[in-house]
Amino acid sequence: MSDEFEPRIIAFCCQYCSYSAADMAGSMRLQYPTNVEIVLIPCTGRFDVILALKAFESGADGVYVAGCLEGNCHFVDGNIRAKKRVAYLANELKKIGIEPERIAMYNLSASMGPRFAEIVTEFTDNIKALGPSPVKKKLAA
Amino acid sequence: MIIAERKPIDEIKSFIEGQKKVLVVGCRGCVTVCNAGGTKEVEILASLLRLDAQKEGHDVTVDEHTLERQCDPEYIDELVEFVDKKYDAILSMACSVGPQFLSRRYPKENIFPALNTNFIGGALAHGIWAEHCQACGNCIIHKFGGMCPVTRCSKSLMNGPCGGSAGGVCEISKEVECIWHLIATKFMEEGKLEQFAPIQPIKDWSSSRDGGPRKIVREELVK
Repeated sequence: MSDEFEPRIIAFCCQYCSYSAADMAGSMRLQYPTNVEIVLIPCTGRFDVILALKAFESGADGVYVAGCLEGNCHFVDGNIRAKKRVAYLANELKKIGIEPERIAMYNLSASMGPRFAEIVTEFTDNIKALGPSPVKKKLAA
Repeated sequence: MIIAERKPIDEIKSFIEGQKKVLVVGCRGCVTVCNAGGTKEVEILASLLRLDAQKEGHDVTVDEHTLERQCDPEYIDELVEFVDKKYDAILSMACSVGPQFLSRRYPKENIFPALNTNFIGGALAHGIWAEHCQACGNCIIHKFGGMCPVTRCSKSLMNGPCGGSAGGVCEISKEVECIWHLIATKFMEEGKLEQFAPIQPIKDWSSSRDGGPRKIVREELVK
């Protein structure tokens, strides 16, 4: 087995867009890292900072929220609300010394299977570059 | 309701530095409604404190509990089962009444305020609150079109507006509306400008904080 750091990433995906895009990426047989575990949410408006905090407490190295393109939310502004919550949490994490880049917001539509695969790859690479979560590092020590 | 906001995380961290067992106590009263200290905010603060401790490699337990209210003794009593578990520090996420009541009921505990209590106000929209009352103890808003110049005029003028009012905003900030402008506009629109004319007497502040800390005793309710 390789000793390379394999991050554990939790993605909160909206059922109307990114979750369907993940389906499409699968149907298209697109390759992307296996580090991401998807949590289906009815809309990114359902995303709450506590969900991401619990993920970090449980050992996640990164968390991202993937919602509809801005202006296309099925519930009008769920994705805009999620974006603000992500920004709020990034700031809170920074204050306790956790890299704010460990939380991110992405926007895509249901038809963007290739973009889904691209996001998974991009975020996984970002987290790999950051290394293991500082919380986990201490837990393992 | 009473509007409060969470203290900066660094200040809260300084309260519990070196402590091993911490309890975060929320309140289902005003601070739940203004999203400062309800069950959800307790969860978030506790989680942040746990993450911070884990990151530093400190073995810290952070427990959570939310009381119905922290400004009534019967609900404060409920906390006894938690206090028995011997916490090194208790963070109260209520308005400042909460930590004071907790400190009085549990004098041996280390109790800290996790919120800053800001004002008595209402929600202009979700996530936006504004001060509307400063509890002067003698409400006179009926004289001013249902608006309170005591609170909402920067100088608490009884006969405004002053020269600092321009374009409907106060000279202290463009973010602060001139309440006297609103009062005058309302009277003009309703054709009741004569109600604006009488000179209001000097306000008697003895019912406010100037009379010292206040207390109400209602004999018909006292057991």
